[in-house]
Amino acid sequence: MPVSKSVGARIKRREDPRLIQGLAQYVDDIQLPGTLHVAVLRSPYGHAHVRGIDTSAASEHPGVVAVVTGDDLKDNIGAIPCATTDPEGFPGIQVPDHPVLAHGKVRFVGEPVAAVVADSSYAARDAAELIEVDYDPLDAVNSSEAALADGAPLLHEQFGSNQAFTWAIAGGDIDDAFAQADRVVKQRFNHQRLVPNPLETRGVVAQFQPGDGKLTVWSSTQIPHLLRTQLSVILNRPEQLVQVIAPEVGGGFGCKLNVYAEEALVGYLAIQLKRPVKWIESRRENFLHTIHGRDQVGDVEIPVKNDGTILGLKYTVEADVGAYYQLLTPAIPTLTGLMLCGCYRFQNVSMELTAAFTNKMATDAYRGAGRPEATYLIERMLDCVAHDLDMDPLEVRRRNFIGKDEFPFETGTAVAYDSGDYEIALNKALRKIDYEGFRKEQADAREQGRYLGIGFSTYVEICGMGPSAAMPAGGWESGTVRVDPTGKVTVLTGVSPHGQGQETTFAQLIADGLGVDIDDVRIIHGDTEAVQYGIGTFGSRATAVGGTAMVMAMEKIKEKAVNIAAHLLESNPQDIVVDDGKYGVKGSPDQGVTLAEISMAAHGGVNLPPDTEPGMAATHFFEPSNFTYPFGTHIAIVEVDADTGEVDVLRYIAVDDCGQIINPLIVEGQIHGGIAQGLGQALYEEAIYDESGQMLTGTFMDYALPKAHNFPRFELDNTVTPSPVNPMGVKGVGEAGTIGSTPSIVNAVVDALKPFGVRHIDMPLRPEKLWKLMQG
Amino acid sequence: MNVEVTINGERNSHDVEPRLLLVHYLRDVVGLTGTHVGCETSLCGACTVMLDGQAVKSCTLLAVQAHGAEITTIEGLAENGELHPVQEGFWECHGLQCGFCTPGMIIAAHQLLQRNSRPTEAQIRRGIEGNLCRCTGYQHIVDAVQYAARKMRS
Repeated sequence: MPVSKSVGARIKRREDPRLIQGLAQYVDDIQLPGTLHVAVLRSPYGHAHVRGIDTSAASEHPGVVAVVTGDDLKDNIGAIPCATTDPEGFPGIQVPDHPVLAHGKVRFVGEPVAAVVADSSYAARDAAELIEVDYDPLDAVNSSEAALADGAPLLHEQFGSNQAFTWAIAGGDIDDAFAQADRVVKQRFNHQRLVPNPLETRGVVAQFQPGDGKLTVWSSTQIPHLLRTQLSVILNRPEQLVQVIAPEVGGGFGCKLNVYAEEALVGYLAIQLKRPVKWIESRRENFLHTIHGRDQVGDVEIPVKNDGTILGLKYTVEADVGAYYQLLTPAIPTLTGLMLCGCYRFQNVSMELTAAFTNKMATDAYRGAGRPEATYLIERMLDCVAHDLDMDPLEVRRRNFIGKDEFPFETGTAVAYDSGDYEIALNKALRKIDYEGFRKEQADAREQGRYLGIGFSTYVEICGMGPSAAMPAGGWESGTVRVDPTGKVTVLTGVSPHGQGQETTFAQLIADGLGVDIDDVRIIHGDTEAVQYGIGTFGSRATAVGGTAMVMAMEKIKEKAVNIAAHLLESNPQDIVVDDGKYGVKGSPDQGVTLAEISMAAHGGVNLPPDTEPGMAATHFFEPSNFTYPFGTHIAIVEVDADTGEVDVLRYIAVDDCGQIINPLIVEGQIHGGIAQGLGQALYEEAIYDESGQMLTGTFMDYALPKAHNFPRFELDNTVTPSPVNPMGVKGVGEAGTIGSTPSIVNAVVDALKPFGVRHIDMPLRPEKLWKLMQG
Repeated sequence: MNVEVTINGERNSHDVEPRLLLVHYLRDVVGLTGTHVGCETSLCGACTVMLDGQAVKSCTLLAVQAHGAEITTIEGLAENGELHPVQEGFWECHGLQCGFCTPGMIIAAHQLLQRNSRPTEAQIRRGIEGNLCRCTGYQHIVDAVQYAARKMRS
């Protein structure tokens, strides 16, 4: 697509005026008359039989309208769904029933047990404390290792073990690679469990209209249409009588790409009570009962030649998936498998995964969703190879890079990288530092007892999700473009942005494409009654897939506009040019007609070319032919304080390639935020459960979300390698920063601590861990 | 108990439960939903408002503790339809993404600039450490505060 005046410009966001003035409407801001409030009573035990529940005192509490337990719901409401349980994909998969409210047994702290509905949130919480639950505590398991050990307490007794499923991928001949190797480099890696923590917790409001039987659900979700379909099944309501609205959504990062118990519960209660019902998640509940990310531990072996040539990679891994499956739980570690080869040429690869049920919240998609694990282990392993062969980490990378002329490149894991030039991104990043000078500074500093380190990450990731054949619930996206009679443009998109800025970037594309003022374009999303259907916002797909759908719909509109303009101007369509908002005849620009005049004619329905439908709207459903593969180089320079073990990130350089850029300001913001979350994992964040299944990191006091002073100013640059997968050449940028950044920090800290004989440290790199290593 | 407060220049008087949190009073009783609840434990700063000239976290204050006070919320920051320079800075510099932390972040930045009209980048980063943002990585927020500082000085 030709870049004209709007696309490519640093246009400030059109969603911001409402957000900076406190005028936006998030779920908790929806205040319907007569609303009832829900408090959920949750299991305080990691694992226990529920012998009985006495709700009598709660029921009598002033203001209480209803109290429900699992026994009340189990015959009236379906289970929480998981979309990825096909035994062909996951051999031996065990699929536990996942009730909305527990019955008989609880399997993690925070599992919903009962719900109180009252006329105020305070009364509901008071009454929930009056519910008496007779628990019979059981031994718990808090890791895959504990869960898979002989004699471990069983979460789901009917399966006979805690093994949830297995999964494997193989390409080339890994055994031959080991046979050809000069040596094998090995390392075990722990990808610790993380809590996504959007600043807005989850929340649901539901309203039932008994007259026509319609249920409206407002939920803080990334997937309003998929949620609508699922709720219609869980609640056994006809789908056309369910409306889901994602209002302003305060961050998601994957954790709102799901269907949760409370969404079904609140919908059910609204139908039963025929009153609006609201539930707003507390932060404590968010820590306990919104999905977690990562939680893999595994061994990597890399057969290499003495010159640093990597011959293959073998990954044997356990995933701790928690007590039940949420929507995509089993699929997440498979994304690790697809990206194991990183940006390197080797074709021999093997991953064998065993997933275990544990007494924890389910894992699922958290920013990057399986790909950060792949990037972390391959980029850490490259440094381990360099360490063991006494080579420079950059030399190892360059020796194994896929060349820029080799695209599309099919990896050993059978994904086809669309386009790339890994060397150029690395070179551009290196120009921002003086690598040799740094090595000298590092040596001098060590003489003085100061520990500086540099770390590289040359990453590639998979996004723009994706071809429907590779997705659990459709990978296409929809876009409708409508020109109103007065020439204003309304867009309906199936993606559901919640901070990514598509109200701006999509309007830029329309403004340029149709030749209208950007202020004359409105982007509507997140309402299943406005938008025909859509898949949603996740997997860095909104622009690559949703934007393309919209642009293709726009092209249909444009073709029609040109035809009508030619008719009005008594000319030929091929002679019509669009210039400065006017559709005119080549050579006589002052005689053109505006889109408003064209649309008025289209809506008048009289003065139209033959065989032209009246109206001015078009819809396109876009099915991508492949994923997209952004890439880049991140460099971290750190100092580890010898007295405290604290890591000071001195410089952070990121050169990212996300294909064509529509709005550099928004792209920078996405990369900044992505890096912050990657650095959060590397340095601070970890969800810890004790042996009884208690979560020890359930508040912002115990779970360290990064703060402003934890970071230096990130130094960004980019290369542009268009993707051939869509006509705009965009790739996606929502997750790249998180995927690319984590290993650069760990590599830098390991480099800093090399004088102490350190070869690897598991994340998070908290001061006490580093201080102990420095004490020898 | 009766609570009387002036909010964004308007006088309010309500009978409330003594335990009602100030943030719930502002949101649910007065109807000013621009102030958000992010953690209920005064750690995230989403609920920050100005109370008698001090930025406070309204999720850990009782409404009755604000009796007689003057409160400014995010809805009261713009004057005569003109955005406050801090609001303008957040817009110009892309200092927000999902927007949920933004009202509290803007109030905290406003307080910071009242106390120091020429903050360094390090002072800005320390000055907003009571407010969490999960989207931006803070860099554009720093830019926004610097923009506002320049604008307010000129």
